[in-house]
Amino acid sequence: MSTAAIGHYTSTGQDTRKIAFWTFIGSECMLFGTLIATYLSYEGKSVVGPTPQEILNIPLTSVSTFVLLMSSLAMVLALAAVMRGDTRYSKVWLATTAVLGAVFLVFQAFEFTQFVDEGLKISTNLFGSTFFVLTGCHGLHVLVGVIWLATLLIMSARGKLGPEKAMNVEIAGLYWHFVDVVWIVIFTVVYLIQRGPAA
Amino acid sequence: MEATAATPDSLESSSRLWSWITTTDHKRIGILYGATAFVFLLIGGLEAMLIRWQLMKPDNDFVSAETFNELFTMHGTTMIFLALMPLSAAFFNFIIPLQIGARDVAFPRLNAFSYWVFLLGGLFLNASFLFGAAPDAGWFGYANLTSIQYSPGVNIDFWAMGLQILGIASLAAAFNFIATIINMRAPGMKLMRMPVFTWMAFITQFIIVTAFPVITVALVFLMFDRMFGANFYNPNAGGDLLLWQHLFWLFGHPEVYILILPTMGMVSEILPTFSRKPLFGYPVIVYSGILIGTIGWGVWSHHMFASGMGAAADTYFGAASMLIAIPTGVKIFNWIATMWGGKIRFTTPMLFSIAFIMLFTIGGISGVMHASPPTDLQQTDTYFVVAHLHYVLFGGAFMGIFGAIYYWWPKVFGRLLNERLGKLHFWLAFIGLNVTFFPMHLIGMLGMPRRVYTYSAELGVGGMNLAATIGALTLGFSTLVLVYNIWHTAAKGEKAGKNPWGAATLEWAMSSPPPVYNFSVIPEVTSRLPLWTVGGMNEIPDVPPEPIHVPGGSYWPVLAALGLVGFFTGALMHSLWVALAAAAVLVVSVFKWAFEPFEM
Repeated sequence: MSTAAIGHYTSTGQDTRKIAFWTFIGSECMLFGTLIATYLSYEGKSVVGPTPQEILNIPLTSVSTFVLLMSSLAMVLALAAVMRGDTRYSKVWLATTAVLGAVFLVFQAFEFTQFVDEGLKISTNLFGSTFFVLTGCHGLHVLVGVIWLATLLIMSARGKLGPEKAMNVEIAGLYWHFVDVVWIVIFTVVYLIQRGPAA
Repeated sequence: MEATAATPDSLESSSRLWSWITTTDHKRIGILYGATAFVFLLIGGLEAMLIRWQLMKPDNDFVSAETFNELFTMHGTTMIFLALMPLSAAFFNFIIPLQIGARDVAFPRLNAFSYWVFLLGGLFLNASFLFGAAPDAGWFGYANLTSIQYSPGVNIDFWAMGLQILGIASLAAAFNFIATIINMRAPGMKLMRMPVFTWMAFITQFIIVTAFPVITVALVFLMFDRMFGANFYNPNAGGDLLLWQHLFWLFGHPEVYILILPTMGMVSEILPTFSRKPLFGYPVIVYSGILIGTIGWGVWSHHMFASGMGAAADTYFGAASMLIAIPTGVKIFNWIATMWGGKIRFTTPMLFSIAFIMLFTIGGISGVMHASPPTDLQQTDTYFVVAHLHYVLFGGAFMGIFGAIYYWWPKVFGRLLNERLGKLHFWLAFIGLNVTFFPMHLIGMLGMPRRVYTYSAELGVGGMNLAATIGALTLGFSTLVLVYNIWHTAAKGEKAGKNPWGAATLEWAMSSPPPVYNFSVIPEVTSRLPLWTVGGMNEIPDVPPEPIHVPGGSYWPVLAALGLVGFFTGALMHSLWVALAAAAVLVVSVFKWAFEPFEM
């Protein structure tokens, strides 16, 4: 049996990397699930301020949320461009996705410094601990995604990201969309549905 | 590397150190896992011996209370994370690709990475002894014993970071094995034709994928509390200490099934082979395994009855825990029915497997006892629980793994382990563990608490504790018999053919040890028991009809693992520069790894 036949036979016909990556996303769900559950169970239990109601800036974060959502759209367009072998728009949309991700990170960095200035640190109260660890963990995921996208962009610029490499982009896309979806949950749970301190 | 007719087997092809460090061959990685885990088993066993020596008589002062805390913490942590899980991983690595007819695992370099992270994580954890700062808050590290206020030393940092490192190794391996089992099966190897060992390993990987992130987050919280003054487990700031217990046991109970399901798979291979009968009720065994893995997620708070959760939670968790005895009991009856009417050969692996059924049943029954909250309140934190968990994990998991060692040894190394020494090992272990752990039921009922370094003569448990110590020494000696057997066999062992036991599954269709490329042609199976069925599979010639491409090694996985563990070492030292330098090594290694040409 030839090397090629061995290399390409799979039991399901699916790409093995994609299957492994879906399992990874499954474990990521548990990771963020645990962080979000902890945030919820400690919500309103801080014994000192600042509280979420005092400090969270919903209009500002709505803008950064919109930016992240648009980056998912750019990701879809990037994958489509790579699949049809359109090198120009591969670069355009990969760059757009990465830049929008970076903009989100800038918003988050601004938000974090703002909070520290206003007296909310990780050690201040339960809200500080749960908020910074949850959103910080998400920010770290965005950072990894931006680096990943930048790598794909460089590959594309060197002409090494043809349609035969579309699976590389598809998997990066899976990751990016997942990080985006998690943010929608975090934004909803932390920013939009705020529960006050228990009476 | 092109394999030709003269290709040596996976052991002899090249024994240089560098080729082992850079290996991506699942068989070699399996051997590395096994050897490393066995050394950790001996270390964990030595810790157990010291614990038993201290408890041999009342008011003993062989070790101090502080040392005793370190011993039982490291004994539990070592046995679970450094001995049992990686011993199972050794078999996953070596056996699964062979059982499903694959050339290797899906991601050979990721597999090497898992091993190196595990090895370095184990060394990291045990390095704590060198600094006189071994973890000392129990393997479950209850908050707020672990807070900086009550544990100011680095003991807990070693523990919390060591477990995070080991979790990464397990997670990486789990993604790999799930992808391998889903996608790399040989033609005809449908899911319901997979050997039960592969099935149970498959279920185990799903539990790892879902359970380990939970403990990782719990440990991250702990680290943030200790390093940055966060408040997750700080009652003064409104934090709830039960958060740790919930997160820990949310991981910790599925972990029990991570430990036992692979062994259930192993005995499900051994029992049919030595009964000359197909496994009774194969699909039921598979579905029971899936049920155990699923229900295992909904029972964690039975570890927390004593925390006062209220009647509703107690009732639910008690009932769910009893429910899990049903699929487990189903399996036990299936195994017995497999032996019923079979032509049983009492070889060493078979003896260990039969003992597994018996001892695991005893441990299971005491488990159902403390699934009942009122009973549990009498038993919690006593030696009764120690007896229970050791019947399950030693009488169950380890006895099954010992059986598997004797069973698959000839496949891995090409020589059979000595049967007489094997039976001596078995009887010493069987008697030793019963003498050690059975009295603990009574010791616990009479009120001796766990994790206390000594006890008073007035409690009246001195005699039984002495018996337990004698049993433990017997148990320790029995392991040395296995070590001697391995040494003895290396030179004088009987050569094994392809299929020394007359077993039915694919791994026995090739020479022992297997050639580096595994199967000379890709197997095609038409039966669940290909070697017991006429026309069950195609002919596997001894010489490959065509050259087979075998992937070469890579050193990036080792460097990535070093970078990862270096990062945690920097965190332990509170040195940003060490952490950043190590993180740079990790990032560079991952990039080099991703872009290095590596043909599968």
